[in-house]
Amino acid sequence: MNNNTKFNRSSAYKIISVAAITIIAIAFAFPLYWIITGSFKTSTAINATTPQWWPQEWVMDNYEKLFSRQVAPLWELHIPFTGISLSGPEMPAALRWLVNTVFMAVASMVLTCFTSAMAGYALAKKRFVGRAVVFSLIVCAMALPKQVILIPLLREMSSLELYNTIWAVIFPIVGWPFGVFLMKQFAEGIPGEMMEAARIDGAGEWKTFYTIALPLIKPGIGALAIFTFINSWNDYFMQLIMLSSTDTLTISLGIAKLQAENATDFGLIMAGASLAAIPIIIVFLVFQKYFTKGITMGAVKG
Amino acid sequence: MTKKNPMSRALVRRETIAGYAFMVPSLIFFLGFVIYPMVQCVITSFFDSTMNRADIFVGLANYTELFQDEIFMGALKNTFIIVIVSVPVTCVFSLWVSSVIYDLKGPICSAFRCIFYLPVVTGSVAVTVVWKWMFNNYYGIFNYVGTSTGLLKQNINWLGDERFALGCIILILLTTSVGQPIVLYVSALNNVDQSLVEAAEVDGATKMQCFWKIKWPQIMPTTLYILVITTINSFQCFALIQLLTSGGPNHSTDTIMYYIYYNAFKLYRYGYGNAMGVILAIIIAVLSAVQFKMAKTD
Repeated sequence: MNNNTKFNRSSAYKIISVAAITIIAIAFAFPLYWIITGSFKTSTAINATTPQWWPQEWVMDNYEKLFSRQVAPLWELHIPFTGISLSGPEMPAALRWLVNTVFMAVASMVLTCFTSAMAGYALAKKRFVGRAVVFSLIVCAMALPKQVILIPLLREMSSLELYNTIWAVIFPIVGWPFGVFLMKQFAEGIPGEMMEAARIDGAGEWKTFYTIALPLIKPGIGALAIFTFINSWNDYFMQLIMLSSTDTLTISLGIAKLQAENATDFGLIMAGASLAAIPIIIVFLVFQKYFTKGITMGAVKG
Repeated sequence: MTKKNPMSRALVRRETIAGYAFMVPSLIFFLGFVIYPMVQCVITSFFDSTMNRADIFVGLANYTELFQDEIFMGALKNTFIIVIVSVPVTCVFSLWVSSVIYDLKGPICSAFRCIFYLPVVTGSVAVTVVWKWMFNNYYGIFNYVGTSTGLLKQNINWLGDERFALGCIILILLTTSVGQPIVLYVSALNNVDQSLVEAAEVDGATKMQCFWKIKWPQIMPTTLYILVITTINSFQCFALIQLLTSGGPNHSTDTIMYYIYYNAFKLYRYGYGNAMGVILAIIIAVLSAVQFKMAKTD
């Protein structure tokens, strides 16, 4: 009898909590729903004082307006420090912003994974002089907000003549030591005996890393890759400081600019927001497992 | 022993060379684009520094000016309000959600986790612009729902009113900051030693006792990590401010982060902005240290 009431009370708590969380979850998903439906609404529906919870009429007007606003070459490749540049066909500027963003996110991801895998491996498995110093420097740097360094970074980039290029956004992301920290966590799981065996077989340092360590830390690299991709896509702050002309904007900056210029054309702004949000949400949903792993591994011994 | 020494010294040298060889690509970026700017930040905070002119050494003048600058003190106050409200709410809310959803069926649990993470993935700009629309004076759904249900007598200019603007910002910040803690708590709760929980249940412990006496201590490291990252994130709150209110009305929603940006890009006072950066870094370092200490003694 007593047991029964206790059971009932705890399951009642559970049911009420799940119901409450479901309602809150709907509220969490609502802004995204509002962005997407808003981007297909007519301007009368948008400016109505009684909101249309579901669009009565679906139109592409907002997207047409977004794509006809400005044009820019679809891509331009400036190879840093050489002055060589190649450019693509004229296209709507919004597509160019998307191309810039994808390029920035992919380049940050590739560079971060490459440098962090090697450095994390060295920190976990090599007993070198100064290792403790380097590691504590990394941990301290991670605890500081990176925005603190914005002014010196800006001046450094202009003296390197990288200001207003996509590289000015990429390099600080690659420098951010979270990746190294994460890869160190993964690399610590590499069994020492396997490396010892490789060395006895006459494998050099690079070969040991490439054939023994790399396959073992691959899941970690996957996690770091997706983590870096999503974070750099959304790293508005760095983009805002470093990029200024129409051709170099990322999609986030593009929408922010749209908003500054047409503060009340919500349909147009929502079309831009959809264009920025939907690709990255798809990426997130597809690679969700790796992403979750990246977050949780970073916290172990954090 | 004496025979082994030169061997191990050679080994140490080999390990050191190999270690740094693997570290070099990462160190170039880390030292060049993180450490060097940090050092520069501290140095230029002692200078009167602006565009197109050599820096002038002013000693501690930037720092003394800071503490007489009412806008800075206001920004400091706002930053603390944001941190003090959002950190505990984020931690408690995400702990509650995680404790309810972690033992639900796999797909249901991940669906919830996904939804709470959505605002983070959507990106601060897309999230901010839609909230700006929802808070809008004439076309926003908040005013519509408020007035049509009779909760509000008339439309409120949410973001243009000093009484509400900061609260609105904190609300949006909360939706974008619970995603990561929930992921972390769910995984921590799943890793709790199940045999201890079962033993306690056999001994007749209630669900509540089970949670606070067995699970809570085991997820303490996660809580600490969440506290630290949420504090840092709340201090960094920038995109929301810049896009929603630009620090207005009348500097009532300035945060330190926004004020640094304002000084650097609107007033071109680099040295002064850097001095704020140094202060902010010190505050965060102290707070993180305090949080670690508190968690250790608990």
